[in-house]
Amino acid sequence: MDKIKITAPLSDDIILKLKTGDEVLISGTIYTARDQAHFRLVKLIEDNKSLPFNLQGQIIYYVGPTPEKPGEVIGSAGPTTSYRMDKYAPILIKNGLKGMIGKGKRSAEVKEAIKKYKAVYFGAIGGAGALISKTIKSSMVIAYDDLLSEAVRRLTVEDFPAIVVNDVYGGDLYEEGRQKYENKYNK
Amino acid sequence: MRVIASEEISNAVKNLIINSSVNLPEDTYKSLKQAFEKEISGSGKTVLSQILLNAEVAKTELKPLCQDTGLAVFFVEVGKDVAVGGKNLTDAINDGTRTGYAEGFLRKSTCDPLSRKNIGDNTPAIIHYEFTDGDKIKIMYAAKGGGSENMSRLKMMRPSDGKDGVIDFVVETMREAGPNPCPPNIVGVGIGGNFERSAIIAKKALFRKLGVKNGNPELAEMESIIFEKANNIGTGPMGFGGICTALGVHIIKEPCHIASFPVAVNIECHSHRHSEITI
Repeated sequence: MDKIKITAPLSDDIILKLKTGDEVLISGTIYTARDQAHFRLVKLIEDNKSLPFNLQGQIIYYVGPTPEKPGEVIGSAGPTTSYRMDKYAPILIKNGLKGMIGKGKRSAEVKEAIKKYKAVYFGAIGGAGALISKTIKSSMVIAYDDLLSEAVRRLTVEDFPAIVVNDVYGGDLYEEGRQKYENKYNK
Repeated sequence: MRVIASEEISNAVKNLIINSSVNLPEDTYKSLKQAFEKEISGSGKTVLSQILLNAEVAKTELKPLCQDTGLAVFFVEVGKDVAVGGKNLTDAINDGTRTGYAEGFLRKSTCDPLSRKNIGDNTPAIIHYEFTDGDKIKIMYAAKGGGSENMSRLKMMRPSDGKDGVIDFVVETMREAGPNPCPPNIVGVGIGGNFERSAIIAKKALFRKLGVKNGNPELAEMESIIFEKANNIGTGPMGFGGICTALGVHIIKEPCHIASFPVAVNIECHSHRHSEITI
């Protein structure tokens, strides 16, 4: 299957075209955030304060890279498990977030928010952090540097490989993929 | 009594950690390659080919295989005729962990469980000791990531649940875990002991090389039943669907209380980084 090239930040037009199982190559600007950064971002929203970056149309990549060596753009940078962000994701989606990159299952609330506010959840390959880092062309910590690897970074990516897991139409690759290959293993 | 300087141990630990972070062990690589050949799902095959390519990139560019360079877990066998000079063995291992994670540019992932504040140097290491004969110290290290550890389970089963109960519990744990622990996984199972021993032997079971058969025929049979059932779940590589969900199932059993039947399942990700050194 041909890979679909998309550019971040995302527009609704692009999101509506993406279907569960589509392989995409993402270029443009994306942001990183994990557990503690999500906690802080949501706190800012609840307190009606401004965020360290404009959420509108953005993609957040769930990653905590290894420290970069001298001369490197970024260290190893694969996805972390997404469900830990499920508590916060619907609030961010409601406030303009359009895409999330991670790995693993999402909650019913996140999937509902994806449908309601037109967003998309991409899966990247966990444990392929060395390979994925090659698609990251620039990286800058823009907030929460006290969180070390969990700081919020602005990344420029070029052909970052991912696959659509949850689309606006309610599709879920983890359910569909599993059902397709259930009981297909032959000794 | 042979005496080993604590600095020698710290240095060996540092090197184990740095080498493990970029070099996928041969048994893991071989097993992933076999999975790639066996996998029938298109996206599963793509994922496995990327994982194999990632191993090449990590090795040649000395870049960590995975950004989760783990908590540092050690199983250490200490001979009765050897002593450590200078610092005590635990401090020596923690020193090596500290310098290994710093000099290897590895991620520091230990934090306070409540405030979530990062400790900053990836200590303390998790260390399990055993005392043996001889005058050597054997140090086995694993970089254990959080994603797979989080999907692990422990159950105090009833003795009447029997072997079938264990098999069902392990397979259910794998089904529930789905895509989260970065499949294809290695499944460590600890049967018996008590509450904490079952978990420790489940972890220890992960250290057996992939492809090496269990020496106990009864456990070997259980392993093969669980392996087949796990690969029939359909989860596949990274959960996108497929027939390679488990790379191996490794069981260790120990005697337990007549009233108890503890079973622990420790799931390990495909980036199965383990290595050892004997000093």
